[in-house]
Amino acid sequence: MKILIVGGGMGGTILANNLARKLRNELKSGKASITMLSASDKHMYQPGLLYVAVGKMNPSEMYRDQVSLLEPSIEFKVDPVTEFNLDDKNVKAKSGTTYNYDIIVIATGSRTHAEGTPGLAEYAEQFYTEADAVKMYKKLEAFEGGKVVVAVGVPHKCPMAPLEITFMLVDYFKQRGIWDKVQLHYTYPIGRTHSLEPVAKWATPEFERLGITYETLFNMKEVNENAVVSEEGTEAEYDLLITVPAHKGMQVIEDAGLGAGGFIPTDRKRLNMEGRENVYVLGDTTNLPISKAGSTAHFEAEALAENIASLMTIGTATRDYDGKVFCFIEAGDGKATYAMFNYQNPPDPKAPTAGIHMFKTAYNKMYWASARGLL
Amino acid sequence: MADRKIVDAKNTFCPGPLMELIANMKQAEVGDELLVLSTDEGSANDIPEWINKVGHEVIESSEDAGVWSIVVKKTK
Ligand SMILES: Cc1cc2nc3c(=O)[nH]c(=O)nc-3n(C[C@H](O)[C@H](O)[C@H](O)COP(=O)(O)OP(=O)(O)OC[C@H]3O[C@@H](n4cnc5c(N)ncnc54)[C@H](O)[C@@H]3O)c2cc1C
Repeated sequence: MKILIVGGGMGGTILANNLARKLRNELKSGKASITMLSASDKHMYQPGLLYVAVGKMNPSEMYRDQVSLLEPSIEFKVDPVTEFNLDDKNVKAKSGTTYNYDIIVIATGSRTHAEGTPGLAEYAEQFYTEADAVKMYKKLEAFEGGKVVVAVGVPHKCPMAPLEITFMLVDYFKQRGIWDKVQLHYTYPIGRTHSLEPVAKWATPEFERLGITYETLFNMKEVNENAVVSEEGTEAEYDLLITVPAHKGMQVIEDAGLGAGGFIPTDRKRLNMEGRENVYVLGDTTNLPISKAGSTAHFEAEALAENIASLMTIGTATRDYDGKVFCFIEAGDGKATYAMFNYQNPPDPKAPTAGIHMFKTAYNKMYWASARGLL
Repeated sequence: MADRKIVDAKNTFCPGPLMELIANMKQAEVGDELLVLSTDEGSANDIPEWINKVGHEVIESSEDAGVWSIVVKKTK
């Protein structure tokens, strides 16, 4: 049984390591093999970008060598897939090599699509890549006061990032001693300040306490030199515009016709691509109506590893993914909280505490153990 | 009606039905109809509110056994 994992991010890495442990005997005897194809030899801890954007982390701290995170029984290649031939059970990669498989797992992630919003790339700051986060930090350092607007596109990965960057900006401006010269204005696509109602209920009074103004039902249509214009017909003028652009899946997924916008139609529980038994999808690449977050990819990968292993050993899947998501929320002021929910149970976040902030800070390091499948 | 795209946002909390609809609207063509399924009572208000604010059209909205079905049309 040849298992091919496309993508070496959060989902692909946890899946590969869990499978390598569960199928130790099959891998040893040659009955099974696991190959991972990725676009980079490095693994990025993406939440680190938030800290890079406000000068609290050096970019080099976000990376580990991908090989160092993988069980030695996994064959790892930096050879990005350029063509998916699902009917023939193979993919073609950049090197020209064709890789055959019995089971394929697609976990190529998602990316910002700034070009979808006219003017955004030209006028706005972003922080979802290393280059963008460094550029944003430089812009912040040169900023001496004025109106800062936060604007958010849909869909986007990490549902907490818009709030987190807002509270982190407050801390940043306070530390620089220019908070009294800043007017911070937060915008959000739906009718409250966060998609999770309990989070919005906590965030809105925090905004009011801190003097942050906000506008809801605000979807970016275009950006010009002075203002961001919404689909809803309003405008927010800015001196500095910080954005989370709308996302797409990877171009190769769109080009292969696997899913609109690069997101693959996926079964909620079994995580197979709709209509395909031997094609699975993990993390940001699914079209599931749940948060695009590392924790989502993590919990999906755990369920899928059990199912692929049990398919091999007893011929059938044994576990459903229950929709579990867990997100830390940095609340500024040295405090944090978290939200946990699944398909059945809504989140019930508690008031932010310093203890949870410390745990989140520790998790920034523990992430690597998590990627190895040890947490 | 055959081409009505279904946005199944039942039993999901984040990003939630309206955000799912906004994302799907981006991929839709002018004239397309989308059917949003939601178990969140708030959707019955916030989806029409957004649709009206942006200037799209709500075709119908109904509820059956705790599932709201809201059909909207992309008009621009
Ligand atoms: C600023 C920021 C903050 C965040 N904060 C949090 C947080 O606090 N908590 C949380 O849970 N999540 C957070 N996230 C989200 C989280 O990082 C992602 O949701 C998660 O990494 C998704 O995992 P994935 O495996 O689907 O994709 P990724 O981890 O993005 O991995 C995709 C992989 O696919 C590879 N790839 C791409 N194209 C190809 C190809 N053609 N062929 C082969 N391989 C390919 C890439 O090289 C990469 O290895 C944050 C993200 C950002 C940007």
